[in-house]
Amino acid sequence: MAVPVAFFALFFAWPVASIVERGLRVDGVWQFGRFGETLSRPEILDVLWFTLWQALASTGLTLLIALPGAYVFARFEFRGKGLLRAVVTVPFVMPTVMVGTAFLALVGRGGLLDELWGVRLDTTVWAILIAHVFFNYAVVVRTVGGLWAQLDPRQEEAARVLGASRWKAWRTVTLPALAPSVAAAALMVFLFTASSFAVVQILGGSTYSTLETEIYRQTVVRFDLTTAAVLTMVQFVAVGVVLAVHARTVRRRETALRMVAPEEAARRPRGVGQWALFAAVLLSVALLIVLPLGVLVERSFATSHGYGLDYYRALQTPDPSGTFLVPLLDTIGNSLRYAVVATLIALVIGGLAAAALTLPRSRLRSRGGTPTAGRLVRGFDALLMLPLGVSAVTVGFGFLITLDEPPFDLRASWILVPLAQALVGVPFVVRTMLPVLRAVDERLREAAAVLGASPWRAWREVDLPLVRRALLIAAGFAFAVSLGEFGATVFIARPDSPTLPVAVARLLGRPGELNYGQAMALSTILMVVCAVSLLLLERLRTDRTSGEF
Amino acid sequence: MSTNPVSIKKAAAAALVAALGVTTLAACGTEDVREAAGKSGAPAPKTVTLVSHDSFNASKEVLAEFTKQTGFTVKVLKSGDAGEAVNKEILTKGSPQGDVFFGVDNTLLSRALDNGIFVPYAAKGLDRVPAEYQLDKEQRVTPIDSGDICVNYDKKYFADKKLAPPVTFDDLAKPAYRNLLVVENPERSSPGLGFLLGTAAKYGDEGWQDYWTKLKANGVKTVDSWELAYNQEFSGSAGGKQAKGDRPLVVSYASSPPVEVLYGEPQPKVAPTGVSTGTCFRQTEFAGLLNGAKNPEGGKALIDFLISKKFQEDMPLQMFVNPVAKDAALPELFTKHGVVVAKPETMAPEKIAEKRDPWIQQWSSLVLK
Repeated sequence: MAVPVAFFALFFAWPVASIVERGLRVDGVWQFGRFGETLSRPEILDVLWFTLWQALASTGLTLLIALPGAYVFARFEFRGKGLLRAVVTVPFVMPTVMVGTAFLALVGRGGLLDELWGVRLDTTVWAILIAHVFFNYAVVVRTVGGLWAQLDPRQEEAARVLGASRWKAWRTVTLPALAPSVAAAALMVFLFTASSFAVVQILGGSTYSTLETEIYRQTVVRFDLTTAAVLTMVQFVAVGVVLAVHARTVRRRETALRMVAPEEAARRPRGVGQWALFAAVLLSVALLIVLPLGVLVERSFATSHGYGLDYYRALQTPDPSGTFLVPLLDTIGNSLRYAVVATLIALVIGGLAAAALTLPRSRLRSRGGTPTAGRLVRGFDALLMLPLGVSAVTVGFGFLITLDEPPFDLRASWILVPLAQALVGVPFVVRTMLPVLRAVDERLREAAAVLGASPWRAWREVDLPLVRRALLIAAGFAFAVSLGEFGATVFIARPDSPTLPVAVARLLGRPGELNYGQAMALSTILMVVCAVSLLLLERLRTDRTSGEF
Repeated sequence: MSTNPVSIKKAAAAALVAALGVTTLAACGTEDVREAAGKSGAPAPKTVTLVSHDSFNASKEVLAEFTKQTGFTVKVLKSGDAGEAVNKEILTKGSPQGDVFFGVDNTLLSRALDNGIFVPYAAKGLDRVPAEYQLDKEQRVTPIDSGDICVNYDKKYFADKKLAPPVTFDDLAKPAYRNLLVVENPERSSPGLGFLLGTAAKYGDEGWQDYWTKLKANGVKTVDSWELAYNQEFSGSAGGKQAKGDRPLVVSYASSPPVEVLYGEPQPKVAPTGVSTGTCFRQTEFAGLLNGAKNPEGGKALIDFLISKKFQEDMPLQMFVNPVAKDAALPELFTKHGVVVAKPETMAPEKIAEKRDPWIQQWSSLVLK
């Protein structure tokens, strides 16, 4: 537990605390009066209200659309499942600038909806909500689906045999088992959408602003660090409340579950109802995810003289002005390297944290347990989630004023980029692994201990095989997050080895057909790289351990 | 918070060796990321760190030339957009991220100078730079480049409509150009701010509000960023064509048409876009030696180099700006497809610093509401 705590203290708590202190203490005097003053401004209240309700609406909508998807991925066996699962994760890595472009092409002027029905949704809140579903679909499918796939379907079947209706069997057997992971997914989606930045800026026009865009505005544009600090504190409190509520609801629900290998539980859809569900999910994926991505792919081939590979060819040749110090294709290598390092860091830190969060509980229970220690552990659990809900600009600026002295003079170092990415990856690792780790039947570990296994051996022989799948899913998340991570990365000064999303943003920032086309082509490559990496990661799972449990 | 951050940092350091151990271990395999940025092999030569905004670029040969002349290697650190990069330097004053900062423009100059992030240095060769660019009498900053923010027009649109494109600010408010112009929000975009300042310089502190009221009545559209304006709304760009952009007038740069030619596929004989030369605001970018620089000698040499003929002539095709040194020649692309902006609007940095926030607020309630 010491390592993850140290990691968070150094790379999160310390920088954020420093920047907040800088804002709140002017010339040695604390400016607490600014809280009341800032929080009574009507435009700030508008921002807070909009942030809250759009996040709640986005979360609800995402769950509504993605839970059937999670079911289909967990329970049905069909061709191309791995590929489809990779595809739905692609939005996760897409630079938000590109997603904004894609959605404008669908719901904006001259877009599909406009052509068909004359409906335009850009600069409406609907565009923001739909884009949030697009981004977070995979969060639900992967977090919930990961556990669902391993639930023993025979329990539900038993309930049916005993006379329960299908709905009742699901509600009383499956839903309670799934609750922790549904709550975890909802929590992540909420935190993500509450701190949404680029989507709101691009699709919302100048009309909407969230807490996140407001903190950015106060810090970067107005350089009013005091107001920014007040808003950061508000963000902290809000996220804290959300985490507390989440912890409360989940704590009572977590129980040991019977788990099976996913291959045993999944089968082909049967009957009209299942096929209809299957078709509906495929349709929603096609409309919400494949179509927007398809727009970008289409544009990457559309040159001024018909379709062609011109933009892709241009990526290999040096820029006419020699502007990028490295060929654009090298940015793929940069991105992959950063992502691998970030994934490793996230897995080590997140894995240790998840293990620490599971183990003490069992030990506590056997000793009769102390409530303080339990609370401490839960507090730590919540702490790990904070980076998801706290503004990237706060963290980025915080890095600047804290990591400036040896041995942590990291500001000019490349390692800062994967570190910042890992900060966002860790919560995913913890969230995906924790429900599974906690669901491992304690008696299995006890049995191992009775039979003379050391704690390490018990973990290796009991926990590891059971969590291997969750570990891979977590790795996939961490990898995808760091591959597409843009928020934190742009707030950190980078030596000139741009990542792919950064290169895309730079291309879009210049006039000229070739720049625009190359941005589209690079984004398409980013999609493919992401999908292929995730597919490879899933392949790692081929060793059959299913016989053991 | 502690009053003694240093001891806290040391304590933290001791406790955190474990964490760092993990991260460095994980990092072993990717040492080449670092090497891609610097030169590999041989013991590292003395480096000088240049902090700049994301748009900074220079060709490899030119940076190599600097190393050959001085023995210093340049390490470039990109620190966000211009406003963000300047704020970061203010935040880290006294313990800067590098030695030289490049990219503070006249709209941000006062903020940078008032916060004391630069120390004076009289660059060698400054006599080749016209006095009009040297805005700081104490020489804390050195002018490096200049550019103009102007309305661009889609040539094809105006040819098809047999309509003369607008030339001046006044033209933009005429009924003939109703619903044709898209601008950027001055609070969130630097060309947007430049355009607002241009109108304020033209119509005066009290007159620009009337002008914008007319623009609004004439159907001006506002978006948040240059990217959205140019790649989505402007009918003359590749992105705008695909997105069916319907605004043939956009606030962009005087250098945009040559860049359209450079990145045409294939390169067109004439630029597809033109510049309304009576709608321009002059932007000048400066570099300065950072207060607390670790390598001030290297920093001074670098500033000298930034106004050398070699660097000044490399700049236009790298960052699409004009050189300030009199002896630097413009590339053919610029002389052939660019325009000469004879009388750009200008404004003193002190005035910009004073008026910027209230004006943006007035603008918002006038145009956005």
